[in-house]
Amino acid sequence: MAETKYTYYSGCSLEGTAIEYNISVKLILKTLGVSLQEPEDWSCCGSTPAHTLGHVFAAALAARNLEIAEKMGLGTLITPCPACLSALKKAHVRMTKDPAFKKEVNALLDKPYQGGVTPKSVLQIIYEDVGLEAVAKKVTLALTDLKVAPYYGCILNRPPEIAQFDDPENPIAMDKIMTAVGVEVCDFAFKTECCGAAFGVPKRNMVNKLTYKILNMALEAGANCIVVACPLCQQNLDLRQAQVNATMRSSFNIPVLYFSQIIGLAYGYSPKELGIDKHAVNADRVISSRIPVEELAEKKKEKAKKIKAKEEEGA
Amino acid sequence: MEIINTINLTKDIDWEFIDQVRKESGQDTALCYQCGNCTAGCPYTEFFDYPVNQIMRLLQTGQKKMILNSRAIWLCATCEGCTTRCPCEIDVAHIMDILRIIARRENYVSEKDVKKFYDSFLASMKHHGRVFEMEVLLGYNLRSGHFLTDADLGPKVLGKGKLHFLPTRIKGKDQVARIFEKFYEKEKNRG
Repeated sequence: MAETKYTYYSGCSLEGTAIEYNISVKLILKTLGVSLQEPEDWSCCGSTPAHTLGHVFAAALAARNLEIAEKMGLGTLITPCPACLSALKKAHVRMTKDPAFKKEVNALLDKPYQGGVTPKSVLQIIYEDVGLEAVAKKVTLALTDLKVAPYYGCILNRPPEIAQFDDPENPIAMDKIMTAVGVEVCDFAFKTECCGAAFGVPKRNMVNKLTYKILNMALEAGANCIVVACPLCQQNLDLRQAQVNATMRSSFNIPVLYFSQIIGLAYGYSPKELGIDKHAVNADRVISSRIPVEELAEKKKEKAKKIKAKEEEGA
Repeated sequence: MEIINTINLTKDIDWEFIDQVRKESGQDTALCYQCGNCTAGCPYTEFFDYPVNQIMRLLQTGQKKMILNSRAIWLCATCEGCTTRCPCEIDVAHIMDILRIIARRENYVSEKDVKKFYDSFLASMKHHGRVFEMEVLLGYNLRSGHFLTDADLGPKVLGKGKLHFLPTRIKGKDQVARIFEKFYEKEKNRG
């Protein structure tokens, strides 16, 4: 794939509690030949709290960033965070569809946004623009112990009119990317169930109950790790896992990794380089056995030979 | 004998409210025929006082006070499941959003902690242009009086380079603050 360049909007969480998502996304995109340019002086997208005040207001907070991106002239803006994606995309879609709405939003801005940016998720451009073949080519290590439950969360693919990517009920992009890097994927029924989103602080018990169901389903699916694409999902499932155990009298101890961290592990980066040591639940036991892909292929061959020899002996 | 709670839907019909929600949301609420698909898939039904399909029915019958006093409109996380699955293509999550906005505007706040968390978040955004997580949490704890919320999480994130003790202040923070001010001004003129 030729070198491609995108505007990269990381969002506020990725500067703080989700810093490892930022680090790992940047590492793997570099490996894949994707270069990034941050919009200068970007601001918060508005997230959930903004649309409790008003939609024009929320769209204006997002559109300030779209306007900066528009001037950069790269066309596509990518963000790792589904909440940022949703805010930016809703603003963009509504402004381009409804001239009256656009006028109202631009009236709140110093500089108007004209509609020249396409917001996409990092996951989407890896899946569609980079492609599974290119993703698979860079793999050097096999993660032999890992069995992941791919958890997409609520708004990465919903509503379909805004998300315009993958399937709203049974998304598969992350499943396929995990398979491409050689990781075993479990059938997971709660791919898009809501984790409790931004209610972790004011309504902790509610969030603990919702995440309990997701953690439980991941174990039932046979997974030993949950893979996510959202900083809030990661926080609710990982950082709050001990709270879930206390509230629900459970004993979960299942690591929750960003998809970018798992790709990074397969590309040979160390857990530390990918920020995996920054999570609450330790992931060592499921990621420590990594062997070169050639070695794995050799082992498989030998195993097949042995089986064949045994069969012949028996015959 | 089991006592069933019944609601008299023919009393106090607020026609203006029906019209207002229809206009502000751009959705035809009359299309809802109570199939219950939204509620079936809603992860929050067990926490709601009125499941989302009942909110839709209350809306059709103009039960303004009951809706704006409900906890459901504040506990909805806009996960978009209802919108995705509505066979009438009603943007239900958007309607819940509009109801919350109207409730905020008219000072109906059944879930005060949720609003306080949002307010803390918005205040941080207005001050710095970006959200400063530590300030959002501490701001919430002060506003709500729940001073120790998530104090147990501190040791899990400390020393991992995740928590910043100073905000990132962007150059354009005044531009962001102006969005807030222009919006408040517009709201004031709404009457």
